Amino acid sequence: MRGHNEPVLEVKNLCSYIPTSRGVIRPVNNISFSIGAGEIVALVGESGSGKSVTALSVMGLNSPSIKYEKESIISFKGANLLKMKKRQMKKIRGNEISMIFQDPMSSLNPLHPIGKQIAEPIQLHQGVSYKKAKKIVLQLLEKVGIPDPENRLNDYPHQLSGGMRQRIMIAMALACNPSLLIADEPTTALDVTIQAQILNVMKELQKDTDISILIITHDLGVVAEMADRVLVMYCGEIVEEGDVYSLFQNPQHPYTKGLLASVPKLRGASEKHLHTIPGTVPNPLELPKGCNFSSRCSFATDKCLSDAPDLIETGKDRRAACWQIVDSQKEEVTVHA
Amino acid sequence: MQFRLMLQRLFHEKLAFVSMIYLLLLVFLSLFASWIVPFDPNEQDLSKVMLPPDGTNWFGTDELGRDVFSRVLMGAQAAIQAGLVAILIPLVIGVPLGIISGYLGGIVDDIFMRIVDAILSFPAILLALGITGALGVSLWNAMIAIGIIFTPQFARLARGQTLQVRREPYVEAAKISGAGPLWIMMKHILPNILSPIIVQASFSFSLAILVEASLSFLGMGAQSPQVSWGGMLQQAYSMIFVNPLMMLFPGIAILISVLAGNFFGDGLRVAFDPKMKRT
Repeated sequence: MRGHNEPVLEVKNLCSYIPTSRGVIRPVNNISFSIGAGEIVALVGESGSGKSVTALSVMGLNSPSIKYEKESIISFKGANLLKMKKRQMKKIRGNEISMIFQDPMSSLNPLHPIGKQIAEPIQLHQGVSYKKAKKIVLQLLEKVGIPDPENRLNDYPHQLSGGMRQRIMIAMALACNPSLLIADEPTTALDVTIQAQILNVMKELQKDTDISILIITHDLGVVAEMADRVLVMYCGEIVEEGDVYSLFQNPQHPYTKGLLASVPKLRGASEKHLHTIPGTVPNPLELPKGCNFSSRCSFATDKCLSDAPDLIETGKDRRAACWQIVDSQKEEVTVHA
Repeated sequence: MQFRLMLQRLFHEKLAFVSMIYLLLLVFLSLFASWIVPFDPNEQDLSKVMLPPDGTNWFGTDELGRDVFSRVLMGAQAAIQAGLVAILIPLVIGVPLGIISGYLGGIVDDIFMRIVDAILSFPAILLALGITGALGVSLWNAMIAIGIIFTPQFARLARGQTLQVRREPYVEAAKISGAGPLWIMMKHILPNILSPIIVQASFSFSLAILVEASLSFLGMGAQSPQVSWGGMLQQAYSMIFVNPLMMLFPGIAILISVLAGNFFGDGLRVAFDPKMKRT
C-alpha cells in the first residue's frame, strides 16, 4: 500500500480563462484535486477537456494568453506555484517537478547526443560539468532499461527507436530526482508492446523512488494498468473522481459510464457495433447552460439543462458531479429518515 | 557525424566542390600574397608600360609598368578581407538580434524589427557610400559599411528560423528541464538554425566581394597603395581606349570569385537540406 499521507501537489479552484474576441473560453473551470506522496493519479478525458492545460499550469508553462482567476491555487509542497516568480519556478522545473511528453520523436533535440540531453537538467540545477553529470546519466540509462549505456551515450536521437527515445525522456525527467512527474500521454505515440514496456519502466521507477506521478491519458487501459486514483475531466471540469477499482467497477457519472462502455471488449457478448457516446464535445464558446454533459446525456432532465451540478462526495474517496447522484442521495436520506 | 555527411553530399555537387576548392585557394593566396607575388605590386617600371601577357609578366603590365598578376594576387587580399569582415559583422550582431527577437517576441521583437526595416529601406550602395563618407574613406570602413548593410538580412533570417524552431517540442522539453531563455537560445535554437545562416553567409560573402569592388571602383573603398580589384578596374576604365586588355584580369577575378561564392552557397543549401537526400 502506498502512503497517501501528505499531498505533494494540491490544486484548489484552478480556474483559467482565455479572453477572445468572441467570448471567454475556460479551458479549466474550477477544478480541485490533490496528489499524495508516491501516488499515481490519472487524469482522463477526451481532447480539449483541459487535461494538458492543467498539466502545463502546474509546470507554469501555459501560453501567456491563458490567465488564471484570483482564487486559483496550485500548491506544491506548501508553496503556491501560480504566485511564484519566474526565477523560483525555473528552480522547480526539471528539479522538483518534471514532465514527459506524448511524442518522443520530436521531444529530443536532433543535434545533441542523448547523453548530453539527459545531463542538461543536472547541469542546469546542480551547476556541474557534463563530465561530472555523466556518472548520473549512466545510472539513469541503466534504470530506464537502456542496454549498454556506455556506448549509447553518444548516440543521436535518430539512431534510437520510439520506445528507446521515450525511455530517454523518462531518464531526462528523473535526472534530478523530482518528487512529481507529469506524464502527458506518455504512450500515445508508441505501439502496444512498447507501451506496456514503458508503463512497466515507469511503475518500477515509481516503486524505487516513491515519486508521485500525474498521468494524463485518454487510454483507459493505461489508467487501469498504472493509476491508484482517477480523475475524469469533461469540458474543463472534473466530473468524477475515485480510486481505480471502484471507479472502473462502479462508475457514477454518465460520462464515465459511457467512456467505460466504449472500450472495445475482447471477450464476452460481442455487440455488432462499438458503443459510442452520442454527439460531440460542445464548442467551448457555447457551453450548455446547465450540466456540460447534458446535451449528450441520455438521463438528462430539465434540471440538468438549467443548472450545473456540483462535484459532491459520493462515498469514500469518491466524488461525482451529476444531478442523478444528488437526487438518489436525497432519496436515501429521506428513506433513512 | 553530421559534418561528414554534409561534406559527402557537398562532394556530390561537383560545381560547389570545385568552388569550395577555389575559395580555399583564394583564402590561402590572400594570406600569403605578399610572399607569393613575383613582383612588388606597386613597383613601377616605366620602360615596361602596358605590355601584353608574356613569360615574365603573366597578366601583362599596367599604365605605370606594374605587374598585373602580382596586383591581382594582392587584390585578392582586399576582396577576402572584405568578404570575411562583411559576414562576420552580421553573424556577430544580426544573428543574435534575430534569435532574441524571434524567441522573446513582443515589444523586443517590434523594436528590433523596426530598426531592421529602417536599414533595409535604404538602397544598399547608397547606405555604404553614406557610412564610408561618415567614417572616412578606407577599405576597413568600407568593410564595416558592407557588414552593416548585410546585418538586417541575417537578423530577419535568424528570426524567421527561430520562430519555427521555438515551437519544437524539444524546446518545450528544455523549458521543463528548467532551462532559461539564454540557455535555450544558445544550446537549442542556434545549432538548429545554423545551416540556413551558413548558406546565407556564403552568398553574402560573394556579394561582399562585389560591393567592395564597386566601392573601390567609386573611390570609396581601398585607397592606393592598397591594391583592390575594384581599384584596378577603375584604372583600367580610364585606359579603356588605350589598352582594353587591362580590365580583363581584375574583372575575371571578380567574376570567378563571386560565381564561386554563389555556387558554393547553392551546394551548401542542397547539402544541408534534409529533404534532398541522396542515396
